[in-house]
This record gives sequence, structure tokens and C-alpha cells, in this order.
Amino acid sequence: MDYEVVIGLEVHVELKTKAKIFCSCSTAFGGEPNSHVCPFCLGLPGALPVLNKKAVELATRAALALGCTVHKTSTFHRKNYFYPDLPAAYQISQYDKPLATGGKITLSNGKTIGITRVHMEAEAGKSLHQGDDILAAEYSLEDFNRSGIGLIEIVSEPDIRSPEEAKEYLEQLKAILQYAEVSDCKMEEGSLRCDANISLRKRGSKELGTKTELKNLNSFRAVERALEYEVQRQSEVLKSGGEVVQETRTWDEARGITSPMRSKEEAEDYRYFPEPDLMPLELEEGWIEEIRSQLPELPRDRALRFQEEYGLNEYDSGLMVSTKEMADFYEATVKLFPEPKEVANWLMVEVQRLLRSSEQEIQESKLLPENLAQLLKLVKDGTISGSVAKTVLEESFATGEEPKKIVEAKGLSQISDEGQLREIVASVVEANPKSVADYKTGKGKALGFLVGQVMKQTRGMANPQLTNKILKEYLEQQ
Amino acid sequence: MSINREVVEHVAKLAKLAISEEEAEQFTNEIAGILAYAEKLNALDTTGVDPLISPVPMQAVLRDDIVEENLSQQEALAAAPEVQDGMFKVPRIIEEE
Ligand SMILES: [Zn+2]
Repeated sequence: MDYEVVIGLEVHVELKTKAKIFCSCSTAFGGEPNSHVCPFCLGLPGALPVLNKKAVELATRAALALGCTVHKTSTFHRKNYFYPDLPAAYQISQYDKPLATGGKITLSNGKTIGITRVHMEAEAGKSLHQGDDILAAEYSLEDFNRSGIGLIEIVSEPDIRSPEEAKEYLEQLKAILQYAEVSDCKMEEGSLRCDANISLRKRGSKELGTKTELKNLNSFRAVERALEYEVQRQSEVLKSGGEVVQETRTWDEARGITSPMRSKEEAEDYRYFPEPDLMPLELEEGWIEEIRSQLPELPRDRALRFQEEYGLNEYDSGLMVSTKEMADFYEATVKLFPEPKEVANWLMVEVQRLLRSSEQEIQESKLLPENLAQLLKLVKDGTISGSVAKTVLEESFATGEEPKKIVEAKGLSQISDEGQLREIVASVVEANPKSVADYKTGKGKALGFLVGQVMKQTRGMANPQLTNKILKEYLEQQ
Repeated sequence: MSINREVVEHVAKLAKLAISEEEAEQFTNEIAGILAYAEKLNALDTTGVDPLISPVPMQAVLRDDIVEENLSQQEALAAAPEVQDGMFKVPRIIEEE
């Protein structure tokens, strides 16, 4: 039996405001527990919400960047449930009249994934379970610093057809939200979180199969792996004639499996009702248009421009726009060293390697666009060889020092002086009579060996093209 | 909407209210009466009428994104029955089966 995979994603993103969405407490990450709290975000009786204008602006900007229709009127509801990290026992969210609906994200293969809705809500507090996990914990500790930070929930249509597509959707979504400066989107700090719904159906069928909901997905890689596992698990259940049970399953990163979470009888009965303390949110058309006009160039548009303007291919342009900072770094370097493909290659290979091994983002490293451009100029004018350039890059990356100064200080300039090279070539040839004889009898490898010897003597500083030329001339004369 | 004992018990459970057998019976009757009264509104044709959110036309008031001093940790925890490491201590979240 051939099955089609149907995936929908729900992404929660913390809005980058200074104050919380309904009160004036700080949203700063970290800090002493329960030090960014007030009667409202502690759920104390009588405290009233007042909506943060910036939160509305950022949510609107996100919705517009995702191609959604932003509604002139939207309303707030209470979602009721008991959990220790939810002090009022309800979350203020949006229900039947969300901020925005009907957007899309275009994947690199041109396929579009629909976005059902974008709505605003308030974050819960944070539970620290005192034990190995929530089941083992005898008790838990609650910190409400996070309680009441503004969130947007972005719900996709069930248009995603594979775990790889899910990962790409998330990468694109994250890039768009970062470009729009809506959120930091740091999964490790919890400012971006993702839950996934997945079901299988017979290929060609229009009806949706029974879905499971996956939680505890702590990285994009985890989302992909958990979905891959679930495709396998559900198809085995169906092939053996069984039925998929509708349930919430949690991803176990260490064991690489999903397992059912204990179901609560009251689950999914949130008794939504209109939030009596908040009036409908009315947005003026002019304000929405003003926000739209301030949207920056978004990643996909930028990638297309990079292809057109700099001649990059689809793959390279995708990597160059993966974060706004990388794209800015790339363009700043190209401005100073106008060989766009060369710059992209260095960023994708050597710089990427250094970023990965130091676990940094480009903006966190000490490397500057002017220093990368200077380095590439030194290679181009023959001052240093490509291999020396890698060493200089490492140093400039670690210290922020100018490549020129590193080359001077360490005497790394390439030897391009013909007279000096001739002397070295002569001594190498003299010391290796056998290789000279091999060369004469037409053994091509001998030349390579002799070039290697020159490099060894000059600690790699000899200009390779020049060395080759001089060595050949010298051998012919023998 | 029809109300019966099961619905009352379910709602009580969701609201974490412990009610006795007699109370369940009593509330079923009382809520049924209240709902029957409210049902009278259904006699009106509300096609094309927007829900009234507030009797006075009002819209959300927005605040600027400014952080203000709020409670200290000590004040925040003052009424907590149990505290540890600057946090509210709460009982086991998921009951063992
Ligand atoms: Zn607060």
C-alpha cells in the first residue's frame, strides 16, 4: 500500500517587545526568578490587561510578511485550563476572529504551503520539575518571568508532504520572522517552538487519516527526525491492518522515538469565551499599510535578486540569505570585492567551517566584511596563496585583525621574486638528481615532487604558478 | 442546549469543583432552568446581526512598549504557601496511575 504523508505545523514565536503583551513587566530572558512580574501576569484577582501597541505592530508585521490578510477587527478569548504555569487558569488568546488569515510560504522547489492563521496570545510561565522529568517529579517550581510575554501562533495548512518539507518550511518561516525583526526565533531559549500534526492516507484519497500531535520538538532537526519516525510507525500500524490512535505523542531525543503522553480526560475542552476585559482590536487601514511599507526585503526576494544581480545559483543564493546577517555580510563584502561567486564560495566553505567549529553566527564572530574583502584581494594580487589565506582567515576570524597586518607580522607574503625563486629551485634540483632523471624520462609525477620540495623549503610561501614555470624552464635547460 | 447530570459533573470536573450527589442534582435543575430562560432569546431572528461585544461602542486601548518597575521577588512570593529558590513550589503535576 502506498501512503501519502500529511503534515501541518503550529509554531509559537515570542514577540520581540520590551514589555509583556498585557502588562508593563520586562520580557528580558534570564534574570532572578519571579522578578519580572506584576499582579496581572501572576493572575492575581482584579488585575486588568492593557494591550501593548508594539506587540500588535510586530504581530501585524509578521502576518504581512507571511502574505496574510490582516483583519480590521479581531477579538480576544479566554482559553481555560488548569496548569501550574498558567496562574489565572486561562490564557488570553484569539479564537474565532484572529488577527490574520490566509498566508503562504514558498519552498525552494516552488511549492507553496498555506498559512491558515496568525493570532496573538500570552505566554505561560516556566515549570522546573524537581526530578528526572515531569512524571518522576515529586514537586515543581514555577517562575512567572515568562508569563504574559506576547506570542504569535502561526498555523499552517496540512499542505506539507514530507519531513524534509517540514524542515524547510520552518527554516523559511524563521528567516522571514528574523528578517521582519519580529522575533529572535531562538529555539534553545524557547522563543520559537513547534508542534506537528501528522497523518497518513492512501495516495489519491481526499480524506484525511487519523492524526497524531507531536510535542517536545526542540530543534528543526528534532522536528524532521520525529516526523520521520512517525511516518514509519504509522505506516507499520496501517500495513498490519491496525488503526492509528488520535493522541499526543512526545519526542524522546535520546532514544529517537515518539511515545504517547498521558491523556488527560479534560484535554481539548478549553471552553473558550470572549475575554470580557479586552475590547475588540480595531486596526486602521492606514496603519496596516504603513507597516506593510516598512517591511524589509524578505529572504526569498533577496535570494532571487542575488541570483539575478550576482549570478549565484539557487542553492548558493539560498545559503547566502539564510539569515539577514549573513546576507548583509555577503553584500557588504561584495561591495568591496566585486567578485560575487568568489565571496560566496569563501563564505560557504571556509567561513562556514569556522562558524560551525566555534558554534557562532556570523554576527557573533569577529570577522568583518572589510577584512574578508581585503583577504580576497591579497589572494587575487598574488601576495598570498590560497592555502595561506585560509590560515590568515582563521586568525582574522578569531582576533578581528586585518589580514594585511597578519601577513606582515607573520611574514606570510608569497615569494613572487623570480631571482629568489630561481635560487631555491636550483638548490632543490641539485639535491634531487633522481627526480631530475625521472623527469627527463617523462615521468610526470617528478615535477609535482620537485614543486612540493620548493614549497617545503619556503614553508608554502612560494608562488605556485611562478614556481612551476621556473622549475620547468630550469629542468629543460639541464 | 440541553443540560443533564453528566454535563454538570463534567463541567464541575473541568472547573476543579468537588460537588456532592445532591449538589449535582440541584445544579442540574437550576442550570436547566437558567438555560431554558436564556433559550427565549433564540426566538429572535439574528441573521446578519453582529454579536454585541459591549453595550457601548468601544475598542481596545493600546499601551506603549515601556517597561515599568513592578513587584519585587519578595512581594511576588509573599502570599505563596510554599517557596523554594525564589519560585512558587507546587505539588506533583501529573498523578501517578
Ligand atoms: Zn506583569
